[in-house]
Amino acid sequence: MIPEIGQITLALALALALVQGILPMFGAQRGISSWIALARPLAWLQTAALALAFALLTYSFLIHDFSVAYVAHNSNTQLPTQYLVSAVWGAHEGSLLLWALILSAWGAAVAHFSRSVPDVVVARVLAVLGLVSVGFLLFMILTSNPFDRLVPSPVEGRDLNPLLQDPGLVIHPPMLYMGYVGFAIPFAFAVAAMLGGQLDAAWARWSRPWTHAAWIFLTIGIALGSWWAYYELGWGGWWFWDPVENASFLPWLVGTALMHSLAVTEKRGAFKAWTVLLAIFAFSLSLLGTFLVRSGVLTSVHAFASDPGRGVFILMFLFAVVGSSLLLYAVRANEIKSSVRFELMSRETFLLLNNAILLVSTVAVLLGTLYPLIADALQLGKISVGRPYFDTVFMILTLPLVALVGVGSIARWKRDSGERLWRRLRLPAAVAVVLALAHSLLLVPFFNPLTLLGMTLAFWVVASTLAGLRDRMRPHNNLRHIPRGFWGMTLGHLGLAVFVIGVSMTETYSIEKDIRLAPGETYALGDYSFEFKGVDTVQGPNYTAFEGTVVARQGDQEIAQLSPQKRTYLVQKMPMTEAAIDAGLFRDLYVALGEDLGDGAWSLRVYHKPFVRWIWLGTLIMSLGGLIAATDRRYRVLARRVAPPSGATGSVRG
Amino acid sequence: MKARHKRFGFVVLGLVILAASATLVLKALEGNLSYFFSPTEVTAGEAPADHVFRLGGMVQEGSVQRAKGDLTVNFVVTDHNKTIKVAYSGILPDLFEEGQGVIAQGRLGSDGTFVAEEVLAKHDENYMPPEVAAAMKAGEQARMQGALTEQKL
Repeated sequence: MIPEIGQITLALALALALVQGILPMFGAQRGISSWIALARPLAWLQTAALALAFALLTYSFLIHDFSVAYVAHNSNTQLPTQYLVSAVWGAHEGSLLLWALILSAWGAAVAHFSRSVPDVVVARVLAVLGLVSVGFLLFMILTSNPFDRLVPSPVEGRDLNPLLQDPGLVIHPPMLYMGYVGFAIPFAFAVAAMLGGQLDAAWARWSRPWTHAAWIFLTIGIALGSWWAYYELGWGGWWFWDPVENASFLPWLVGTALMHSLAVTEKRGAFKAWTVLLAIFAFSLSLLGTFLVRSGVLTSVHAFASDPGRGVFILMFLFAVVGSSLLLYAVRANEIKSSVRFELMSRETFLLLNNAILLVSTVAVLLGTLYPLIADALQLGKISVGRPYFDTVFMILTLPLVALVGVGSIARWKRDSGERLWRRLRLPAAVAVVLALAHSLLLVPFFNPLTLLGMTLAFWVVASTLAGLRDRMRPHNNLRHIPRGFWGMTLGHLGLAVFVIGVSMTETYSIEKDIRLAPGETYALGDYSFEFKGVDTVQGPNYTAFEGTVVARQGDQEIAQLSPQKRTYLVQKMPMTEAAIDAGLFRDLYVALGEDLGDGAWSLRVYHKPFVRWIWLGTLIMSLGGLIAATDRRYRVLARRVAPPSGATGSVRG
Repeated sequence: MKARHKRFGFVVLGLVILAASATLVLKALEGNLSYFFSPTEVTAGEAPADHVFRLGGMVQEGSVQRAKGDLTVNFVVTDHNKTIKVAYSGILPDLFEEGQGVIAQGRLGSDGTFVAEEVLAKHDENYMPPEVAAAMKAGEQARMQGALTEQKL
């Protein structure tokens, strides 16, 4: 009964989304205020319907209703409760439901927080979101219905993929989806603005906090995925340039470009057409990411449970969304030219460079990701693009970007002089070079030119960002007058520096050894030694595991007892490596069990990874910066000032 | 600065960035492509002798042999038509198993043994990389054809 109610709820949500996509849109174009007024309630109703559907599916998991195919395939009576809940989005159908729910919830959030925005604009925005929702719900109902029954229903479920039975994976997908789907909001604002023919600073101001919000979630989502891969896949790497990782990274790159270009559009009224285009790209790449992950066209560690038939639908949907929005753009582009002038030496130029570099990097990553697909389609053979391609290209392209951060954030809008910038920046530059040289010559085990470059750039970003902060403190010489937007930028850039330090140090000074150890043997790794005490069998709730005991020492002092596991999950018979990590701010000690080599001996991975935490710490600081920027006072001040009297529908222009 | 000069400056800057990055990207792509070959194709001499490529198929039952003392492991990859010996030093992935799909990346040694730098195994019970699935199908067909020809002879 419950699954049938779920079916009906989904159909209801589809109907609501359809109405939300059509009536407010027509209302806005024709000036029918009663239709415009429908947008907000419909957004709420659609969210309520999808929340109910989601709750019903969760309930089916909690009561182990294996007559529901999706539950039977992804759950088990032995599965711990927290994973029963997270199993709801553990596979394709449920992911889509979560996706649709988040999309509608973003819409409801717009309905709630955009009281200051003219109703006619909100109506258009919500209508665009409604249409996107129609596409997703159709896809779900037609190809991947989570409530489909399984006849006859099995007594026991097939269990959740063991890789996903992990706290990191409980929150990683929702965060990522919040980010992916969040870029639908700037997209909807862009389309709404093109439809209404009003693209001004006010539009950029409405759209900015939403872009920040989506970006924050995407950043956290990607960082969580990276962290999970680090400890769960048992290889000790933090980024693999896996197609699915790239799928989430591409919208992040364009989203970052969008944040910066929105700043120019809001503050200076420039880059308008470009910003609109970026908003379209960011969301298109989110959809492309869905296509790549869900169609199974790519060989990837994520490509489990994939179905090519579904890919066709998403691809068509992608073409419909991108095609129609680009068509609209082509029709309206000449009306949204920016007439604002700026000099070659100005903040605008530096932000333009930021956008250029981010876009070129996006294209490079996209090319590497899609090349195997294209080659396959053209019968050029089964090709894969190696990790070194991404490492080399991405590093060379983005190092100048890091170098520009310091200049761009200090340069003045409209016009600046090279001479003034030099005077402002020579001290930070000198500090950066001296600190990095001292670090590279005195503090690390051996000299590496790339690390020196990375550290110089990181110190440069810190020093120039602090110099910018000091500039901003004038004339009152206190911090209270600094708006949150500026704090957001400062933290964002400092986070980038922390990230760059983490990458520079980890990539150069990590020691990674795969070794064979018999019980009682000790292996020395740099300053540390690892004593292998042997392996025991332990019993988990739904798995059995070999658990090794490894004592890590620094000199003679014991610093950690590590218990890496090799689990075998009972239902899927799938082996899983659980690495044991002694984490620290300046270094991780990482031990993972390899294979049983007989006579009690095992192969082990023993890693020393300096500064690896800084990679995720940096991304956290970046997202914190985003959060602070998104809550800048001027978005709220605007809300109060422009807020129309309640009941007013605003003037409508056709 | 005049508007004309300024625009010219932007255009030149843009072109320089674009040209430099296009060169970089294409060079790097060229150097890091690796093609996929099945044991049948490798036996036929289609795989490059001096370049990294990927070999895919099934790990033959009973073929996995570990060396004593270090982490060297040898196994045979088959597509049910031809087989290739593979040597690898390191820890095999969790899902590596005899009779299951595998992809190895590396080079062909002079003695015909494939020296793997990296071994990838599937990430799901029910999932086989599309390349491997296609290779197995082609191998099966080649074997059937071979059997038919033999019968005719």
